[in-house]
Amino acid sequence: MESQSILERLGILADAAKYDASCASSGTSSRNSLGGKGIGSTEGMGICHAYAPDGRCISLLKILLTNHCVFDCHYCINRKSSNVRRARFTPQDVADLTLSFYRRNYIEGLFLSSGIVKSSNRTMEQLIEAARILREEHDFRGYIHLKTIPEADPELVHQAGLYADRVSINVELPTDSGLTRLAPDKNARQIEGAMGRTKDDIAEASDAKRKFRHAPRFAPAGQSTQMIVGADAATDADIVGKASRLYGSFGLRRVYYSAFSPIPDASAVLPLKRPPLIREHRLYQSDWLMRFYGYKPAEVMQAAGADGMLPLDIDPKLAWALKFRDRFPLDVNCAAREDLLRVPGLGVGAVDRILAARRHRTLRLDDVARLTRSIAKVRPFLCTVDWRPTALTDRADLRALLAPKQEQLELFAA
Amino acid sequence: MSALQHLEFDTCYLVHLPEPDDFDAWRERARALIQCDVPPDRIVWTAPGGAGDLFAQGDPHLPVPEPDARPVRASRRFVELARQAVLHTDAERFALLYRVLWRLQADPRIMEDKADLDVRRIEELDKAVRRDSHKMHAFVRFRRVESDEEENGEHYVAWFEPEHHILRANAGFFVRRFANMKWSILTPRGSLHWDGETLEEGPPAQRADAPTGDPMEDLWRTYYASIFNPARLKVGAMLKEMPRKYWKNMPEAALIPELVAGAQKRELQMVAEGAPETEDRPETLKAVDKAIHRCRRCPIGCLDNQAVMGEGPKDAALMIVGEQPGDQEDLAGRPFVGPAGQLLDRYLEKAGVERKEAYLTNAVKHFKFVQRGKRRLHQSPTAKEIDICRWWLESERAIIQPKLILATGASAARGILGKTVSISKTRGEPIPLEDDSELWVTAHPSYLLRLDGEAKEKQSRLFEADLAAVKERLAELAG
Repeated sequence: MESQSILERLGILADAAKYDASCASSGTSSRNSLGGKGIGSTEGMGICHAYAPDGRCISLLKILLTNHCVFDCHYCINRKSSNVRRARFTPQDVADLTLSFYRRNYIEGLFLSSGIVKSSNRTMEQLIEAARILREEHDFRGYIHLKTIPEADPELVHQAGLYADRVSINVELPTDSGLTRLAPDKNARQIEGAMGRTKDDIAEASDAKRKFRHAPRFAPAGQSTQMIVGADAATDADIVGKASRLYGSFGLRRVYYSAFSPIPDASAVLPLKRPPLIREHRLYQSDWLMRFYGYKPAEVMQAAGADGMLPLDIDPKLAWALKFRDRFPLDVNCAAREDLLRVPGLGVGAVDRILAARRHRTLRLDDVARLTRSIAKVRPFLCTVDWRPTALTDRADLRALLAPKQEQLELFAA
Repeated sequence: MSALQHLEFDTCYLVHLPEPDDFDAWRERARALIQCDVPPDRIVWTAPGGAGDLFAQGDPHLPVPEPDARPVRASRRFVELARQAVLHTDAERFALLYRVLWRLQADPRIMEDKADLDVRRIEELDKAVRRDSHKMHAFVRFRRVESDEEENGEHYVAWFEPEHHILRANAGFFVRRFANMKWSILTPRGSLHWDGETLEEGPPAQRADAPTGDPMEDLWRTYYASIFNPARLKVGAMLKEMPRKYWKNMPEAALIPELVAGAQKRELQMVAEGAPETEDRPETLKAVDKAIHRCRRCPIGCLDNQAVMGEGPKDAALMIVGEQPGDQEDLAGRPFVGPAGQLLDRYLEKAGVERKEAYLTNAVKHFKFVQRGKRRLHQSPTAKEIDICRWWLESERAIIQPKLILATGASAARGILGKTVSISKTRGEPIPLEDDSELWVTAHPSYLLRLDGEAKEKQSRLFEADLAAVKERLAELAG
């Protein structure tokens, strides 16, 4: 194994990390390398340094320290009983690679995770060591995201937060029974316990920061988690419910959804077919509705069908509006902000532009067209001084009129 | 000379700005012109590098406002947008900004009217410039060159082609980020050099001035190719954020066509290598029986053997699971009929459990062996083989729905739990299962066959105790 070149090991350990959806580098404290000894800055907005053909942004060097693992989670390519090629980096290797990439402006920082070797504590120590080398020996001020291991000692998890901008613990599966079945070595209580402690640490640190300027930082970009969609029988309603509970109980910045994708050497208890990618997209849309559009989880679930699944051919906001047609059309010139946010096709930006513009003039349909992306999409739900969707809102085939064309859907799913 | 006089003469002014991105110069001149009441249509703005109006006629001497001229008003939002919009390559930008500034004097809240055409245009320019800056932060790629100077041996040089005049405005970003690094950014519109302490501006450069490669790029390309998940191909999403025009200066972009073309092939390969074909779960024992005889999902199914189906009543409360059929089971086509099975029978009888009332089966359905002369020697199944066979064991569980499962040996326990557990740590206690039944774990009877003396006695006692506990529990569950 020692004969593997760094190139080979990078290939294996990056390949093993690609099933993690998150690559965000945003939302942390603002800092730069002026007056320091090293390099690195974070200025609020994350930067995507490249995009892969899978449409995902590459912002961080996302790798595993090692893909050896003593756990045997069925959906995971690195599980003990899988036959993948294994490799490992030392914390020093990871730090060197991060700096080399950062100097050439390839990345915003590091997202480090790992398979469990020897013990959870030993693994956690190694992850922390990589972050420590970067922060303390090289005065690196870029972004660091550390995956924490819920089975590790709470003190170690706490240390991770002192070096990292963001920490995350994956809940892995939306239901406890799914977790028991597919990740037999993991425990839902333990995962939520670790999330709870991290939440408290973050709150405590931000409190201290308010009182003392030099109080230590603790994960200023908060914590996030990831759920795998389509590996077990959980419905969209289950997933939305779980996500809203997680947002509520643990103050998570983000819940990532990762459509289960067929992995080499998969275990026989998994479905072989991947769920349509569009399902993951619809879940992200419903997540947005809860976080930015003021929908309650129960309302998002109203958009789902009787089987608990969100429609795949139209977005959840449109699905909700079609179910509650009596709430439309809205008068653009006097409707409240929270009502306008429910109009399919109006984003938060468009709603704010409408509110600003209507202070100056009474809006006509042409004005609305200038303020929104697609007037055809919003027209059935709005009235202006010169427009009423007389018959449109009541048409039985409204859904067909507004749903994207079938060919597009196929392309998207491909 | 007063402003009024100019209007009478119907003068046109030609305003030349020293730099294409100099907001302060524009502001200073615009302020004076507003104070002299020069309407927008009397001014022609030019700047170097712009496709300005070469034949514009006009007076290059600008009017000087009266000392007591009223101050020029502009909303904060306007200044914020104008600073960005000035950097755009649109030759009309200065005139547009002046026109809006002119209108702002009469209507100070005009910037709030998002439906106004001029306001919209400024916002578009602002957005395009911000996007260009953002892409510069993202897509500049430095290459290392060994510098001649003794100290500070590393110098990082990038070649970048921005769409707008954004170079100078973004110098600060790179200084703050790479404060302790020596770097240069070369562009067709000018260049920046930072030596760790001071920033210098240089003339426009050419691609040939920048280094052609960096050994680290091989690692970066390896990373780029490996982090890409071929099971999800979304080329449109990639192109939207990383348009082709940037590709030529990004070392990783050369891989894209190959990755896209290979994606579907790689995914099919992943699936083919991976798991078995999808199949609906068989709903009757007969269907399971038929299916396991055809099963070749793991190498054991390809040996010279036959699948051995479980046996027992369809409504059995007790399911007993072994590891796999042995030599005699394979020949007979029935579970637990060899030496270990006969031993189990004796212990069951002793504990008062009727074998006829239990459903007996195995975690693995085929006999795994190596041929040694005439003998077929038993081999333990691997974890992976047990996991593959779980599909069938779970199908049997779903049909029989036993209240209690007795797993004999570690392989049997793995077949039920999906993970390997220690027998000594788990025996004697029920493990609740997700379908509300429970699992009891004990040793495999063949283990007892291999022991002698004291060890054998001790293990026999434990085995007896486990069976007795199961018997007792079954009675409780039935009650």
